[in-house]
Amino acid sequence: MSVLECKNLCKAYKKGEYVINNLNIEIPKGKIVGLLGPNGCGKSTLIKMIAGILQPNSGEIYVSGKQIGEETRALVSYLPERTYFSGGMKVSEVVKYFASFYSDFSTERACELLSVLGINSDAKLKTLSKGTKEKVQLILVMSRQAKLYLLDEPIAGVDPAAREYILSTIVGNYNPEATVIITTHLITDVEQVLDDFYFLTYGGNILKSGSVEDARIESGKSLDELFREVFRCS
Amino acid sequence: MSWKFLADSPVYIQIADRIRSSVLSGEYAPGGQIPTVRQLATIAAVNPNTVQHAFSELEDQGLIVSKGTMGRFVTDDEAVIQSCRKKHAEKLVKQFLVNANRMSISKEELISMIKEADI
Repeated sequence: MSVLECKNLCKAYKKGEYVINNLNIEIPKGKIVGLLGPNGCGKSTLIKMIAGILQPNSGEIYVSGKQIGEETRALVSYLPERTYFSGGMKVSEVVKYFASFYSDFSTERACELLSVLGINSDAKLKTLSKGTKEKVQLILVMSRQAKLYLLDEPIAGVDPAAREYILSTIVGNYNPEATVIITTHLITDVEQVLDDFYFLTYGGNILKSGSVEDARIESGKSLDELFREVFRCS
Repeated sequence: MSWKFLADSPVYIQIADRIRSSVLSGEYAPGGQIPTVRQLATIAAVNPNTVQHAFSELEDQGLIVSKGTMGRFVTDDEAVIQSCRKKHAEKLVKQFLVNANRMSISKEELISMIKEADI
């Protein structure tokens, strides 16, 4: 059974203006998938619908065969584009908060990742830099044993050294039963961790998709070069 | 430290090349254990399935051997390593000659330069 299935999915924020238009995707388990596309093409909208935060206008979404709802939220670990924690909370408090909220959360793993990245658990969130806050949030999301990880721009705000660490955390967390979906426009940084890619275009249609290695073999180009070619701004 | 890959060839081939050169240089000793898929994927920051693909390529060539749950090991068959080294050297020489030929440098010239070079 596929981890994620979208059938004839449509979403419009304004009547008649579709951000996602009749999208069909099926993603199996054990994959790290890149959802790539220019700004405003509907990547985050799609992710939010899968996370159950936005309602589609029409169409269906299934996570592990279940329709989006309470049950799927327990299976999905979602990293939003921006942080939603109150700045007055300490890092250790958010860890506790996550532990009480999600039964699949590993406090041990979170503490380990925090210490490797040298993040002080006693610090209040508002005293942390933007990049460090993003790291904290990613650590929380990756410390769950979920079926589906939705990472919306996980590396956009962090420095190159931390980017590497985050990517190897994602890879080190790999589990053949789980799937990771990453949206980003920093393709060079992520392409070597991806199995498959989807190029999403305005109006939320898939322009090109497939295995990253096959695409590299066929085109003799990196995924980043292929992206630039497909989405050339003329 | 994640590994850097060239744009124009598949990542699994580049990983296989890198492991092969670690075997040929003796960094991974004959009969010695090599890192697991997960370890290597984490070190290199690449997809585990890609590492798996590179390993199966090297297993097909007989350079590494999988011993089930014990992990993967470099072959202890010296003959396989030697023949791999020879193949690798031939490839290097060929590349070198093609490049030199492009600049019309003759083999004789090259040979005398190689003899004089102090590397």
